[in-house]
Amino acid sequence: MPTTDDLKQRIETSIPGARADVVDLNGGGDHFRATVTAPAFAGLSRIEQHRRVYAVFGPDIGGPIHALSLVTRSEA
Amino acid sequence: MSTPEQQISEAIQGAIADNEVILFMKGTPEAPRCGFSARSVAALEALGAPFAAVDVLPDPRIRQELSALSNWPTIPQLFVHGDLVGGCDIITEMYESGELAQTIGVEAPGDAPEQAPIAAEPGAPPLTIENNLHRS
Repeated sequence: MPTTDDLKQRIETSIPGARADVVDLNGGGDHFRATVTAPAFAGLSRIEQHRRVYAVFGPDIGGPIHALSLVTRSEA
Repeated sequence: MSTPEQQISEAIQGAIADNEVILFMKGTPEAPRCGFSARSVAALEALGAPFAAVDVLPDPRIRQELSALSNWPTIPQLFVHGDLVGGCDIITEMYESGELAQTIGVEAPGDAPEQAPIAAEPGAPPLTIENNLHRS
C-alpha cells in the first residue's frame, strides 16, 4: 500500500525541483491529495501540469492509488 | 470490421463532438457513484450550465478508451467544445475563479456559491445522453 512519503518521494524524484506535500485523504492508503510546486511547471497549462504529475505514477493511478487529487503551482 | 474497442472510442469521440459540454463520470448526475463526480456535477449545476453526461461504469472499456483519447487517467473528465478541461480538481478551481463559467460561456447565477458546492442538488440535469457505449 503506498504511503504519503512514497508519493512525495516519487514526485520529487521524477519532476526536477519539485516540492510535494501529500496527505492521505481518508487514512486508507488509496485516496491522496498532493500539492506540488515545481519550476518545471512554468508555462504549462493546468492540464499539462496535472498530466505531468499523473505521469509519475502511470498505471498506479486507478490501481493501488485509487484517487490523487492535485493542486499544482509553478512557484511557491 | 472495427473492434468493439474502436467502436467505443468512436462513440466517445462522437459524443464529445456532439455536445458542447459533456462530463464523463461515475454514475449519473442524479445518482453519482463517486464524490469527485458528484462535486463536478454540483459545480456545473450551480452555474446552471446545460451538460451531457456519460456514465463510465457500465463497461470498463469506456474508461480505458476515454483515457487513451484524452491522455487523462482519472474520472470525471469534463470536455467543453471538444477540448478536455480537466478533472474534479481543475473544475473546482475554475469554478471558484470564475473561469469555468467563462469557458462554458454562461453567466454564473447571482446566487451561485463562491466555493464550489460539495454535493449535487436534487433534480434532473437539463440533458443526459443515453449511454449505449457498452452495447457494441
